Amino acid sequence: MIRLENISRLFQVGEQTVSALNEVSLEINPGEYLSIMGPSGSGKSTLLNLIGLLDRPSSGLYTFDGEDVTHLSEALQAKVRQEKIGFVFQFFHLIPRLTASENIELPMMLAGIDKAERMAKSHRLLQDFGLLDRASHKPEQLSGGQRQRVAIARATVMQPRILLADEPTGNLDRASGMEVISLLEALNAQGMALVVVTHDPEIGKRAKRQVHMIDGKIVSGGS
Amino acid sequence: MKLIDIASFTSKSLVGAKTRTALMILAMSIGVAAVVVLTALGEGARRYVVDQFSSLGTNLLIVFPGRTETKGNMPGMLIGETPRDLTLDDALALLRSRHVKRIAPLTLGSGLVSLGRRNREVPVIGSTSDLLEIRHMTLLEGRFLPQIDPRNAVPVCVLGMRVKEELFGSSQALGRWVRIGDRRFRVVGILSAQGQSLGFNTDELAIVPVASAQMLFNIPSLFRILVEARSRNDIPLAQKDVERIFAARHEGERDVTVITQDAVLSTFDKILRALTLAVAGIAGISLAVAGILIMNVMLIAVAQRTREIGLLKAIGATGNQIRRLFFFEAAILSLVGAISGWLLGEFGAKVIAGLYPSLPIAPPWWAIAAAFATSLATGVLFSLLPANRAARLDPVQALSRR
Repeated sequence: MIRLENISRLFQVGEQTVSALNEVSLEINPGEYLSIMGPSGSGKSTLLNLIGLLDRPSSGLYTFDGEDVTHLSEALQAKVRQEKIGFVFQFFHLIPRLTASENIELPMMLAGIDKAERMAKSHRLLQDFGLLDRASHKPEQLSGGQRQRVAIARATVMQPRILLADEPTGNLDRASGMEVISLLEALNAQGMALVVVTHDPEIGKRAKRQVHMIDGKIVSGGS
Repeated sequence: MKLIDIASFTSKSLVGAKTRTALMILAMSIGVAAVVVLTALGEGARRYVVDQFSSLGTNLLIVFPGRTETKGNMPGMLIGETPRDLTLDDALALLRSRHVKRIAPLTLGSGLVSLGRRNREVPVIGSTSDLLEIRHMTLLEGRFLPQIDPRNAVPVCVLGMRVKEELFGSSQALGRWVRIGDRRFRVVGILSAQGQSLGFNTDELAIVPVASAQMLFNIPSLFRILVEARSRNDIPLAQKDVERIFAARHEGERDVTVITQDAVLSTFDKILRALTLAVAGIAGISLAVAGILIMNVMLIAVAQRTREIGLLKAIGATGNQIRRLFFFEAAILSLVGAISGWLLGEFGAKVIAGLYPSLPIAPPWWAIAAAFATSLATGVLFSLLPANRAARLDPVQALSRR
């Protein structure tokens, strides 16, 4: 489904050129569950951003469902993100002035879907995720675990092919962290590919495929 | 993204930042209100002057003695050359012109009008029976000055409304005698209330035949001669005739000034219109300032909402969509600001109109339209930069911030 070939990403820091990713190749199959682990600065977040089309590689080729997405225009990349990719962030990134339900509706709103359909879908997700009584709560009225579940609902509402989670438990206590992980794994069991970036080995180990990175290179678990 | 969703999303973000929104709307509305109030004032002043001139009469020429001109020798008074006075005979001679419909000579003085122990100092005008028609005055009761040879001094007078009330109260005034200065006059008519007209309050007047006034104030000359031309087209011809007649009577000297009401009117009209425009322009500056304020606050908003913009991009928003969101926000702000400013301005104009009832104050429609257009244009124009900045934001960096 996803195929990265010799992807490099260089950053200009002052006079120096820092290589965050160095000739990385990776293949992710539909419905796969993999974790990306490694110390800080090993390039795991950069890799995730590249897979999520939030960033462009300095060199290399990225194909999604056989289509070259490396050189798509900004608007077309946005469309790919909208339809095929779901993001889950460490800091949830919910919009504070919108209710839980409205936050979940956001991607559908951007896609121009009717209000009635949006409400029906977000209602179903809230129900599935055990958040129905929190539908009209603002993020600040929710616990960390609840916030992350709302964020996951938002990420999955467009039924993407792949979920990208960047330290999804990094800002949660153990118990709610485990709840979030099992929710993500349940979604993966339904067929959504799942990529979890973490530096917590216990969470990383749960994945069927574990990718280890050091200094911008995949040292194990790559294709 | 649907328009209704854009509207609800942006209005929620505006409501979410109440102080910021309120301040921006306030700035915009002050700008618009300033334009509305100031142009209303300017336009009111213009209409006031125009009304005053029209109430003076129609197709009017005003003759007064003296003439402003540049001469090569010494000032006239040093070489024994003073402007000749206007006389009653001069005035009557004007009737020879085909283009003159009627005339009214004017003498002006101030006299103490008394009835028994009550007295009141009022302006006294000496004129003829035609003054009533020429000056568009109306009578409340009685009749105006008699149609007699203007050289005859007849002891009759017409009183303004106020003078009558002050002296006679509610009792009958017609037929009674009053004393003006050292002469006695019989009241033959009362003017109906008309109010202010070119500084003269016709309610505070006493009008007597011109010859009587000349005797009363001991002056042989006239203050002005009002000439009514036969029609609007006759005005320039009448003006020429009047000047010709005076030149003939004054040994070829052109020593009177004839102004037409039209000329005065259009000059005032032009001056006051220019003034209104100038004032509107100055007020427009405050609108531009409001626009710059909107830009600043929008830039801050973009900085504050970096994470939100990053998130929107991550879940599939294009740069254009984000630009549109910020654009729309600025447009809503400007529109709400313009509407509230307009209402504020109308209210201000109403208050001023209440304080100065004689000024016909109302903001002209073009000023309101211009204020709306300017506020929308500045709002949208000054949101270009912030909206572009938001649209170009790098999502990775935006999301990496806490």
